[in-house]
Formats: sequence, C-alpha cells, structure tokens
Amino acid sequence: MDFGRAQAKSLVNIAGVKSLPARAVEEARLYVSASLLRILQTCATNRVNNAPPPTVKLDRLSRRFGTRWALRAVTLEVQPGEIVGVIGHNGSGKSTLLRVISTALRPSVGDGWIYGHHLVREAVTVRRHIGFLAHAPGLYEDLTATENLIFAARMFGIAEDGIEGVLERVGLAHARAERVRGFSAGMQRRLALARLILGAPRVLLLDEPYNNFDPQGIELVNDVIQDVANAGGSALVVLHDQRQGERVLDRVIELNRGALVVNPADVQPLTFATPSGLPA
Amino acid sequence: MAFAHDMRRVRAIVWKDLASERRSKAGFNAVAFLGVLILLLFGFALGPDTEALRDAAAGALWLAILFAGVLAFNRSYQLELDGAALEPLLLYPAPRWTIFAGKFVANLLFVLLLELIIVPVAIVLFQVKSGAGWLPAIGVNLLGSVGFVALGTFYASMASRSRAREVLLPLLLFPMLVPVLLAATEASSSLLAGNPMRDAGAWAQLLAVFDVIFLVASFLAFDHVIEV
Amino acid sequence: MSTAIPIDTRRKTVTTAPAQSIEWLGIVALLAVMTAQVLGVLNSPPDRDMGHLQKIMYVHVPAAWNAFIAFFAVAIASLLYLWKGEERYDLVAASAAEVGTLFTGLTLALGSIWGRPTWGVWWTWDPRLTSTAVLFIVFVGYLALRSFVEDSDRRAQWSAAVGLLGALNVPIVYMSVKWWRTLHQMQSSPSTVDPEFVVGLRTNGVAILLVLIYFITKRYRAARMERAAEHLAERVALGGA
Repeated sequence: MDFGRAQAKSLVNIAGVKSLPARAVEEARLYVSASLLRILQTCATNRVNNAPPPTVKLDRLSRRFGTRWALRAVTLEVQPGEIVGVIGHNGSGKSTLLRVISTALRPSVGDGWIYGHHLVREAVTVRRHIGFLAHAPGLYEDLTATENLIFAARMFGIAEDGIEGVLERVGLAHARAERVRGFSAGMQRRLALARLILGAPRVLLLDEPYNNFDPQGIELVNDVIQDVANAGGSALVVLHDQRQGERVLDRVIELNRGALVVNPADVQPLTFATPSGLPA
Repeated sequence: MAFAHDMRRVRAIVWKDLASERRSKAGFNAVAFLGVLILLLFGFALGPDTEALRDAAAGALWLAILFAGVLAFNRSYQLELDGAALEPLLLYPAPRWTIFAGKFVANLLFVLLLELIIVPVAIVLFQVKSGAGWLPAIGVNLLGSVGFVALGTFYASMASRSRAREVLLPLLLFPMLVPVLLAATEASSSLLAGNPMRDAGAWAQLLAVFDVIFLVASFLAFDHVIEV
Repeated sequence: MSTAIPIDTRRKTVTTAPAQSIEWLGIVALLAVMTAQVLGVLNSPPDRDMGHLQKIMYVHVPAAWNAFIAFFAVAIASLLYLWKGEERYDLVAASAAEVGTLFTGLTLALGSIWGRPTWGVWWTWDPRLTSTAVLFIVFVGYLALRSFVEDSDRRAQWSAAVGLLGALNVPIVYMSVKWWRTLHQMQSSPSTVDPEFVVGLRTNGVAILLVLIYFITKRYRAARMERAAEHLAERVALGGA
C-alpha cells in the first residue's frame, strides 16, 4: 500500500494537529497505510458476504472557505436504515457537512458517495437520492403553497398528482391557495418539508429540522425520518440538542472545529499492531 | 424521455419567474417607466428638431432598451436569492442548462414585453415614419433582444451574487454588447429610413450570427459559473 | 488500487517554489528597449507626411501587438483553468490581464497623441481604435470582477469564464466596427511601411515583448507569493506545521 510522506503530512495539516515531529509523521504514515489495508480487507469481506452497501460513505471529506477549513477529513459510513444525529458547537461545520453531502458545495479535498454515486462526478444522480432541508425554507414567496409544489414536482421530473396528499400530510391543505409571503415561519418550514417529501428521497439531510415546529410538527418530522429509514434509507440530522431527536436517532456523531470527535470506544476494534509511540 | 422532462423543467422555470414577476407588478411597471423616461430625456437632449430626432430614433430606442432591460436581469436572480431559493433550485436533479434556458426565456419575454411599451412611445416621441414596413422592424427587434438577453442572463448570474452588483453588471455586459448594439441599431435605422442602402438585411444576418455565437457561448459558460 | 489517495486533484493550490531571480530579464528588457529606440530613431529618416511624429509608432504598434499577445495568454490560461482547475492558471490569467490592460491603455494614449497632429482629432471612430477601446473596457470589467469577488475558487471560476468570453468578443467587435465605419489608413505592419522603418518596428516589437514577459512574470510571482502567504496563514491558523 503506497501512502507517501507528502500525503501523510497534508492529512496531518488538514486534521489540524499542532506541529508534529518528523518521526510522528512517519508513524502516522505507517498507521494510515495499515488502516488502508484493513479497509481493503473489509471491502473484500463485504463483497463476499453480500452486505448491503452503505447509503452514505465519506472519505476524508474536507471543505475550505478561503483560508478557513470548515470541514476536516470527515470519514463516515451510514448503513441502510440508520438515523445519525450530528451535534457540535456553532461553527463546528455541521451545516457545511450537510451542504457538501447535498452537492450544494464541492468538497475541497476528499470524496463522498451516496448509494455508490460520487458526489462530484455523479452529482445529478446523487441529487435524485437526497432530500436536503436547509435552514432557510428556500420557497418562492409570490407563489402559493400548491404552486411551489407544482414547480418542485416539475423540477424533480415527477407527476403532480401527489401534491394534494403531501399538503394534507404536513397540515397545509387549508392554506394551499395562499401565497407563501403570508405564511408564518412554521408554515414555511412545513411547506419546505412537503417539498422534501414530494421528491421521495432515500437519504435525508436535515439541518436543525425541529426549529420553528410545534410538538405536532416535531412528530411529523420524526415520522418522515422514520418512514425513510424503514424503507431502507438513512438520515443525517443536525441538532442543537441531542434530546430533540432522541426517539429516532440510532447514534450521534460530534463535530469539533470541522473534524469528527472520535470516541475511543470506536477505535478499539482495530486488530493490527499499532506502531509504538503514536500520540493518543 | 429525459429531454421531455428537461423541457418541462425549462417551462416550469419560465412560468415560475413570470408568475412571480407578474404578482409583484411594481417591478415591471417601474422598469417600463424608466425606459420611457430615458426616451424622453433623449428627446430633450437632442432638441425639438424633427429631422435630428428621426435620425437618432433607432440609437435612442436601443439604449433605452439596454438601460431598462439591464435592471431586469439582476431581478431575475434576486428572486432566487431573496428566499435562499437558489440552493434548492440547484439541488433538483436537473442539468444546469435547463436553468439557463428557463431564465433566458423568462428574461426574453420580459424584455419583449418591455419593448411592447417602449417602442410605440419611441415612435410617437421621435416622430418615426416606417420606411420599409413594420414587419422587418419587429424581426430586427426580436434578433437584437435575443443577443442582449443571452449575454445579460449569463453575466447577471455572476453580478447578482457579487458585491456592487448594480455597477458590475453594466460594466461587464455593455462592452460585450457592442457588436449586438451596433448591428441592431444599424439595421433598425436603415429600416426606418426606408432601407436606402439596402443593407438592413446584411445587418440583420450579422445580428443573427452574433445571436448564435453568444447564445452558445453563454450556454456553455453558464455551467461553470452557476455552481460556485 | 492506485487511486487510494485522491488528494485534491481538482483544486491544486500553489506552493512556494524556490524562486530564481528574474531581475536579469528586466535588465535585458530595458537594454533591448534602449537599443531599439536608438536603432529606430537613428536609422529612419523623418516620414514623408508625418515627420518625426512617426517615431511614436515604434512604441504604439508593438504595444498593441503585445497587448494582443497578453490577452491571448489570458484566454489560454482561462481555458486551462476551466479544464484542469489548477490555481496557477488563474494567477497567470490575472497577471496577463493586468499587463495586457496596461499595454492597451498605453496603445490608446499613444494613438491619441499621434492622431491629434496627424488627423487633427484626438479620437476617431475607426475599427481598430474603437475595438481596442472596447477591449480595454472588457478587461477593466474583468479586473473589476476579480476585485469584487472574495472567495478565491469562485473568483477563479468566474473570471476564467469572463476572460474567455471577453477574448472571444475581440474579433467580433473588430468585425462589426469595421463594417460600421472604415476610414483608417492601411494597417501599420512591416509590409506596408518603408524598409527604413521596419528595423525600428521589429526591434521594438521584440524589446516590448521582453518587457511584457518580464512584467507578467513579476506579477505572477507576486500573486503566487500572496497566495502562498494566504496558505501559510491558513496552516498557522489550523495549528499545523
């Protein structure tokens, strides 16, 4: 496995480790080479076992804005049916992570796949699978609720007969002919959710989905997530507060300054010999 | 099949842009009024001499269309930026060209509607007599508008998302428009003068060539600028 | 499994390379310009119609040639950037655009100074004059765009597209203005001027090309250093080595 010093160094830089001695870089190189070998073995085993491929696979996904790294080498796999919470302080890169996976932003370094489709090279296919709920509802204020969904259906390339049902489901049937300009923040969120449901996504990317929702709204969001997971899809849910999504989350990952906070318990299963003297 | 879906997407964007524009009437009315105002100011600047007015009519008309129309292009992206709707728009599983095509057609219809108001006003104010019939004049207007809107739609996609967008769009767009403006003005004015040199047709052909070049170029370049 | 480490293939960023001094090129360029003037002024008699005024041509015409070379470089570098996505092509395009704009401005100013006594006007709407002016404005717009966009990826991507379209526009503008009005004298190229002037024009052409290369290289080096400083600041901010 060829993993050069330069790459090891640049990874160390991206990971944001304070000045490392050359010896440590060298050991990191050996360590990563060994990890790669293990990943290869896992791939081979998976192929034999016919395990379902991960819905989301990220490989050292990183994004920089000008001179600031908002996301550093995030490596992650999400399995079918899994619902993953993403927590972290303000500015820890949670929203950037979702936006890069949604293909709204290109990764600066690293790769990612949705159902095996590459985020950059197969962006249009990826967009068929994902449903992204951003902070801003992203609606057209001069169109009515129904018209917004008609536009979405045409852009998705699907039939328009599901619109009524979706409006019923998010509880906006009574306001279907009203312009979005007059909607409250909660109603706008519901309409954005309706658009997301309409696209029938298999991977949900939800950025603080519980904001502006009343308790019924929160139940609605949870139901939507649960439905996608039951159908074999996955969800990444950015949260302020872990308790909000307690009912549905399978596990929670934490971001700190753009990097995944690694839980020591997750590292243990590695079976190969770790080079000595590696900083813990 | 895929192409039918894409055409449906283009129509959806056109319909959405025009519906939003129609419902906030203020925008179109203000832009059309600005066009009329520019014509009026040209009239004052050129003086009351009928001959001088008639000679300058084609140039004044095209400048009024340019200055009024340029306001429309930034508006068309403002619509997306206001509610942060650009990101969802880019995340639909649609090829990028459908977005450019939709915006282009919507802007073209907007500008043609604008001309429907400005052109009659120009005819009245500048006491224009149709020398070679109105049909060729309408054709030239159509050709000129296509080139103008193709470049405008492309440059506004960048200018509307930068600092100082009000200045940047005309600064980028107007120099690029020189060929279109020249050909359109020359064709129009020789038509209005009864086509004495018989060169309106040549200018119109040249204009059509420019239209094709700029349409293709902006279509191709749009892919590279809309995502970042 | 050679593709195991796809490290940043798309957006390759510049690094500090050990910069060799290129001041010698500046000195050579300066000497060349001086030699060319001496050759030009000493070897050519006063022009039949224009007298010594004609000497302006020795800088005016080569400056115009070289401005076109610079804008050609902008187009090529922009194309390469869109194709490969490497930052250095963006920096080359920016440097060439700056120098090209400067040379175009020089061409216009000298042409105007020459036109006043020759034609009796500072400005005429002839095809080459007008299209040069349009070219000047197009690239002023290009530089304005660069200064109005903060994000470096976005700036590079946008200005590459604008630079390409601007370059594409040059022949189109020229053709349309030529149709529109023609009253210029024949093109001042070595084939239409007397042999005595050819030496001056050609040596000046080469000398000013050297100046162009020197300027672009200098500007490119400065841009690289700025960018490398940014990367360094970034690494320090991230706490890396």
